[in-house]
Amino acid sequence: MFDKSVAELSRALSTKQVSAVDLATVYLNRIERHKGLNAFLDVRPDVTLRQARAADQRIARGDGTPLTGVPIAHKDIFVTREFASTASSRMLKGYMSPFDATVVEKLGQAGMVTLGKLNCDEFAMGSSNENSHYGNVLNPWDKDAVPGGSSGGSAAAVAARIAPAATATDTGGSIREPAAFSGVTGIKPTYGRASRWGMIAFASSLDQAGIMTCSAEDAALIFNGMLGFDPKDSTSVERAAEDYTRHLQTDLKGLRIGVPKQFFGSGLQPDVEHAVREALAEYTRLGAKLMDISLPNAALGIPVYYVIAPAECSSNLSRFDGVRYGHRAEHYADLDDMIKKSRAEGFGPETRRRILIGTYVLSHGYYDAYYIQAQKVRRIIANEFQDAFQACDVIAGPVTTSVAFGFGEKAADPVAMYLSDLYTIPGSLAGIPAMSIPCGFGTRKRPVGLQLMANYFEEAKLLGVAHQYQLATDWHRRMPPGT
Amino acid sequence: MNWEVVIGLETHVQLSTQSKIFSNASTQFGAAPNTQASIIDLALPGTLPVLNRGAVERAIRFGLSIGGTINPRSIFARKNYFYPDLPKGYQISQYEIPIVQGGKIPIDSPTRGQIEIQLTRAHLEEDAGKSLHEDFHGMSGIDLNRAGTPLLEIVSEPVMHSAAEAVAYAKALHKRVVEEIEICDGNMQEGSFRCDANVSVRRAGAPLGTRREIKNLNSFRFLQQAIEYEISWQIQTLEDGGKIQQATVLFDADKGETRVMRTKEDAHDYRYFPDPDLLPVEISSSWIDQIKSAMAEPLHDQYKKMLAYGLSREQAEQLSSARNTSTFALASLKLASEKERPMLANWILGPLSAKLNEEELDISRSKVAPEQLTKLAARVADGTISNTTATNVVLAAMWAGEGNPDEIIAHKGLKQISDSGAIEKIVDEAMAKYGQLVTDYRSGKEKAFNALVGQVMKASLGKANPTQVNAILKKKLG
Repeated sequence: MFDKSVAELSRALSTKQVSAVDLATVYLNRIERHKGLNAFLDVRPDVTLRQARAADQRIARGDGTPLTGVPIAHKDIFVTREFASTASSRMLKGYMSPFDATVVEKLGQAGMVTLGKLNCDEFAMGSSNENSHYGNVLNPWDKDAVPGGSSGGSAAAVAARIAPAATATDTGGSIREPAAFSGVTGIKPTYGRASRWGMIAFASSLDQAGIMTCSAEDAALIFNGMLGFDPKDSTSVERAAEDYTRHLQTDLKGLRIGVPKQFFGSGLQPDVEHAVREALAEYTRLGAKLMDISLPNAALGIPVYYVIAPAECSSNLSRFDGVRYGHRAEHYADLDDMIKKSRAEGFGPETRRRILIGTYVLSHGYYDAYYIQAQKVRRIIANEFQDAFQACDVIAGPVTTSVAFGFGEKAADPVAMYLSDLYTIPGSLAGIPAMSIPCGFGTRKRPVGLQLMANYFEEAKLLGVAHQYQLATDWHRRMPPGT
Repeated sequence: MNWEVVIGLETHVQLSTQSKIFSNASTQFGAAPNTQASIIDLALPGTLPVLNRGAVERAIRFGLSIGGTINPRSIFARKNYFYPDLPKGYQISQYEIPIVQGGKIPIDSPTRGQIEIQLTRAHLEEDAGKSLHEDFHGMSGIDLNRAGTPLLEIVSEPVMHSAAEAVAYAKALHKRVVEEIEICDGNMQEGSFRCDANVSVRRAGAPLGTRREIKNLNSFRFLQQAIEYEISWQIQTLEDGGKIQQATVLFDADKGETRVMRTKEDAHDYRYFPDPDLLPVEISSSWIDQIKSAMAEPLHDQYKKMLAYGLSREQAEQLSSARNTSTFALASLKLASEKERPMLANWILGPLSAKLNEEELDISRSKVAPEQLTKLAARVADGTISNTTATNVVLAAMWAGEGNPDEIIAHKGLKQISDSGAIEKIVDEAMAKYGQLVTDYRSGKEKAFNALVGQVMKASLGKANPTQVNAILKKKLG
């Protein structure tokens, strides 16, 4: 069963070819077998099986949804009542939330069965999953390669088929980059589509929940249960519910695909470029037209992002002070010292670095030069996307400059690491929906992702464009060796 | 030496919403520690603020009442600093664009008479929790019940020149927010209205001196004492050749002096930036209009209405000093005739308020309704009963729930005797019975007259029309 898509599992469950309990058991066993990937941080079979039994009862009563009984795992950025919620940080080791994130709650209400919590970079900060307090996640395609980050556990779990789907979050590329590195389908919706209630905040104006699956069709099915307005999140968008599967069968004749020339600059590795160009050629065979577009300031996305995201992070992470919950230092002299020591001990080096950067750029005398300036450039980048979407329907290009790199390769050089997100950050800054789909393999047989972006609220169109490609190709069905 | 004192006040007014500004936890005062702190107030991971519309509405009400500008788009910002009773590590406040700008409050200055105090701005923010440093043996207790309580911080221009003037302003502002527009319960002991005073001194005509800010003054008396101490300390320091360091100070009420909490050097860098969890506060002109039309009539207008009703200045002033009293009085006065109105005013300020005080009731919960009080006044005006009977007997019976004035008058047989023949008879009997008083009066002892009136009234069981008794007695005594 583990090689089945969510769509297939949904049919098998509703026709009672398989029970939710059996399915959960299959995946729990696979999680155990692939423990070495270190994708999961918390697994509680009793909780999972209880949820599965409830799903079976719902199906028997005939009041299930298409997602009832389908297993899913959650990135450890989402808080959950029944599993620990750590954000992969020592700061929140063993932390039990008294409430579920809205995304978790909605998928639970749809009847999905939770397999557990997934490893990620600490507080979703990183591009390789090397910043987790609980150890690296291995790339199922190549155990020497990083799975990408920050949603590395989500990507690895779906790639290794130890979860048919996994929630993830994207702030600057944390869904698309690991999806590309690990050869799975990953999509972030328009900012405001998914509720941020219960997502441990990194950079509030950028954070957005999304999903990793084996196919665009699966992502569309899950979006139907996951997205929607939430009064508990003031930045959530109030719009009528929609069916994200509605454009899956729309053919691509006449579709205008914009190809930004800035995404094919000198930094792009030939193996990635080759796979991406092949994918674009496939699109032309499917009836789409390619057109050159320009996003002149896309490259400024990196400096802009590394002002705004750390600024927001420095403030968002202030609540972790050891007073009410989380890590508290054992020895301290006074209140100030307690807060200082608890934070110094509880946060990892990358988290501390970003807090310091953020504190600096918000400081008196620097705020205008950094934060205000960055917000202005952010607006310019967002406007450039709007100009581009005047001429094209979707934008396509690489997700990353290279295939997955090795452990430790970039860990000592933060700037090189930050450049991993060169092509994903612009879409995050603009807040548009964007995704990565598998489109081949590069050096050392490591996966390559194709990035697709659409205008605000056009997730259904975007998923259709991806699905049509997946009908014509089988990259998304390939599984890592030893799966 | 001629010194000029310059004072500006920043006042934290706790808004009277049922729930907090960004969560649905109750704002009720006095609950057991941490029982009114929701997951949002505790800043648990993953929680987000949602703005309480009622807090915005109250801020708009304030802006309208002072003639300020209501910004159609204001921004919540984060003020970042660490303190154990600040759960998020930042306070959500407004910084660059507050909800209200400008406006003024008229005050009666003890030195300058009727003046207007110009306001700089008023902005919405959340309160922090409380640190309890006693009773925990080397540790601190944290109570987060207050965390997230909605505050309106009202900032005046530095335009006051004495402690007394600052107190006059604070009192006027207190009346404005508590009685006039009812956005705050005004309880100063519970911290619902607290002032920070910025004080500096300068030689007449010189540029502004360096200011020191006295924090958290929660009574008018402390405000006065703290500013007075601060002024004399600053003048003394300067006259001794010293310099004033910019500082935040606390007032020690026991010692009656201020002491430095922190100086400019160790001032926080709050790293303000717009809160990305909250959208800008958009206020439409139709919402403003709606609030404006629902706002109660200004108390000063009601005062003028009372004067037009023929009340004395003193009566009108007293009756319009508090919202509920003014509402009650006008409801009663509106239905009354010209000659009943001053009487009604006296009753409300006299016997009715005595009853209310006795039972510690607010006038809005008076056991005698304004319309019933007016009916009672009508019975005095038309001569059915005397003023004394009305207040001593009927009002008390009405208060006890024995019925409306007419029922009580009939039931108790209180109808006044206005038949002059009958009264003359009683007067004659009284004069015969108390001959000594008659003699006294005639020999010049004026007091004896009142004693005779009293005897007549007593003999009539209080029912004789007192005006007639007076007239007849006077005539008979010659």
